[in-house]
Amino acid sequence: MAIAPRVRRRPQNLPDMLTACQARLARILLLACLLLALPAGWAKEAVPVAEDPELERRMLALSEDLRCLVCQNESLAASRADFANDLRREIREQMKADKSDKEIVDFLVARYGDFVLYRPPLKPTTLLLWTGPFIFLLGGSIMLFVYLKRRNRRVADSTLSEDQRRQAEALLEKGKGRDE
Amino acid sequence: MTRFLLPLVAFIVLVGFLLVGLGLNPRQVPSPLIGKPAPEFQLEELHQPGKTIASRDNLGKVWLLNVWASWCVSCRDEHPVLVELARSGIVPVYGLNYKDERDLALQWLQQFGDPYAASARDPEGRMGIEYGVYGVPETYVIDKEGVIRYKQIGPVTVEALETKILPLVRELQG
Repeated sequence: MAIAPRVRRRPQNLPDMLTACQARLARILLLACLLLALPAGWAKEAVPVAEDPELERRMLALSEDLRCLVCQNESLAASRADFANDLRREIREQMKADKSDKEIVDFLVARYGDFVLYRPPLKPTTLLLWTGPFIFLLGGSIMLFVYLKRRNRRVADSTLSEDQRRQAEALLEKGKGRDE
Repeated sequence: MTRFLLPLVAFIVLVGFLLVGLGLNPRQVPSPLIGKPAPEFQLEELHQPGKTIASRDNLGKVWLLNVWASWCVSCRDEHPVLVELARSGIVPVYGLNYKDERDLALQWLQQFGDPYAASARDPEGRMGIEYGVYGVPETYVIDKEGVIRYKQIGPVTVEALETKILPLVRELQG
């Protein structure tokens, strides 16, 4: 979805008009105003005209878990695509017709496939998807375990033999000479 | 040796997955409706308001259902292909005029040519939902029993027509 680029313009003479301190204060005040204004603005956008806020809440809760197929990384609840709007209307209408959440999800899956679900069902094709993280965790744990075991062994028999000690001392001696 | 080989192999496998992933088109979501009966409709005909066209009337023949709209840019890309196909008379193409305004749709057909045996109007996109439409244009191949056999997501290209749609149509026509 293309969004019109927002050009941020700042009056050229702003630094002349305000001292640095005033400018900072103004900025903080502006930020505070924006922060205060934000929730109201959001609420207006997120909740379309609905006669029944309870139904709207239920619809939004359900569509949180559904993918908008047009802008695939957005949920149906969050997307402002026309398509998402249509599907939200469909969900709203089915809820008004006393359909259960499951019936509505089944309706959408029958038409759009499992892809609409953000929580895919456990099936042979999604087995790896569901178990993959655990397989990796197990594999990683085994690797870590083996590594630690080996390291332990190496640390345990780290005493130097007589030969190695002489060798080390010789090396140290040589190093000393170079430093001076 | 394995110390370096193992991470290297893992890396190559990962790169392999990413390469395959790059080649996939995330827009090609397989339709669960393939092999299922096409949703039935009885909708207003675009050219003759007051008259309706019904999907049931097409039982017994192989037909294409092309979802289009005058606001859809890619529809212009595929339109010459559809006009050509209609002219060849191999298979009838029906239109589903999706979320469009009548005047604009008629004007569009006048400008670019009308390949449709008839166009059904779906001004609110309700039939679109039944068919699992999420991006226009989409084209369905429907067999004699009224079962959806193929779905083309996006424009019908000459390549798609020649390698997939027409061979399938011929096979279905028997």
